Amino acid sequence: MKPIVSIKNLVKAYGSFTVLHGIDLTIAEGEVVCVIGPSGSGKSTLIRCINHLEGFAPESEIVVDGVAVLPGANLARVRAEVGMVFQSFNLFPHMTVLKNVMLAPMRVRGMKPEAAAARARDLLARVGILEQADKFPGQLSGGQQQRVAIARALAMEPRVLLFDEPTSALDPEMVGEVLDVMKKLAGTGVTMVVVTHEMGFARQVADRVIFMDGGRIVESGTPADIFDSPQEPRTRAFLRAVLNH
Amino acid sequence: MNILNTFFNVPVLLDSLPVLMMGLLVTLEIGVVSIVIGLALGLLLAVARLYAPGFVRTLIVAYVNVFRSIPLLVLLIVVYYALPFVGIRLSPFASAVTALALVSAAYTAEIFRAGIEAVPNGQFEASAALGLSNRHTMVDVILPQAIRIVIPPLTNNSINVMKDTALASVVAMPDLLKQATQAQALAANPTPLIGAAIIYVVLLCPMVLLVARLEKHLNRGKR
Repeated sequence: MKPIVSIKNLVKAYGSFTVLHGIDLTIAEGEVVCVIGPSGSGKSTLIRCINHLEGFAPESEIVVDGVAVLPGANLARVRAEVGMVFQSFNLFPHMTVLKNVMLAPMRVRGMKPEAAAARARDLLARVGILEQADKFPGQLSGGQQQRVAIARALAMEPRVLLFDEPTSALDPEMVGEVLDVMKKLAGTGVTMVVVTHEMGFARQVADRVIFMDGGRIVESGTPADIFDSPQEPRTRAFLRAVLNH
Repeated sequence: MNILNTFFNVPVLLDSLPVLMMGLLVTLEIGVVSIVIGLALGLLLAVARLYAPGFVRTLIVAYVNVFRSIPLLVLLIVVYYALPFVGIRLSPFASAVTALALVSAAYTAEIFRAGIEAVPNGQFEASAALGLSNRHTMVDVILPQAIRIVIPPLTNNSINVMKDTALASVVAMPDLLKQATQAQALAANPTPLIGAAIIYVVLLCPMVLLVARLEKHLNRGKR
């Protein structure tokens, strides 16, 4: 399969503290990759480098769909092809749900308002939230807001979707509705990179699971490899801690 | 009573009312023009301070610091009495507007900067992740939220500019205060000055009350 994201020797440091120690990772088109690991292991930083929300060391290289991720004119092109869903939703609070989803296609792709509105309604229907289109984000539950955020990212028809702990800020009873939307998405062939603590989701949906610790990829493989027969002691310890309670 | 005849002399007030009204008009002209220019320049400085290269940012910081430090009266006198020595001759109106707008822009830039910084970083990140340009990020996402936050301090600043227009009387501008002092000299009675003071209060008190209401309203919105 053709690689859509290729990461070579990704190094990221805050001052003298190194967060990522030379990560190498290739993600194929249509692949669903779940990144798991303890807090502070660098998994969020890893995906935030892919659309350059975080800068990285000059010796590192990230290429998305043939375009190098670097500050400058190409960055907007990369970002238009890479959608992101944040832990804290980050919807635009002064716009209706519909406008939230319409904004980027109009401003970045130059879509006409009617076409953007039609696409937005389609997407809101897909995430099961069309009836809330004219409300403001503040009037919605966390789960509903996160589904809007997914629709907003999808409106750009991205080649790659990044999820940064999308259910971590949700009340427990809202987690399911967001994971359901993500499962449906995974079936549509869009490339997904999901940082998550939802092991059930990773096991069920991922093509590949990556376990990170201390800014390194410790182990990666199919969900069966990682969850049923982890090779590294660190992976085993982590899974024991999160699964057995 | 003597006090009434001295300070609230109705015939004197009625005589001076037409010139006071003319003065009020001049005051409003100076005030509104200065406020509008100050707002536009201040917004420009605040946004430029965010995105411009380093040396421009340094210049903007220097501008803001200098014009927040200089007494307005001193600036006004420099503009009107000193600049002609280097060949720049501004009318009293242009001098007043220049001085007021330059100072107002410095305060406005600080207010807008604080407003932009108060918008959560996640809004910048979400905009960037969608591929929005800096311009669209500002115009569509950040400024609409920042402006809500800064309306009370901006209104306060506008009240200050309106009050400071009275300084224009020292450069022979026939504003409300100047007309009042002239009418006072003519009538040999201070009633026109009292009239002018009342007009200032009647003009600005509603704005002061509006700021108080806006602040209450916005704080409620914050929960």
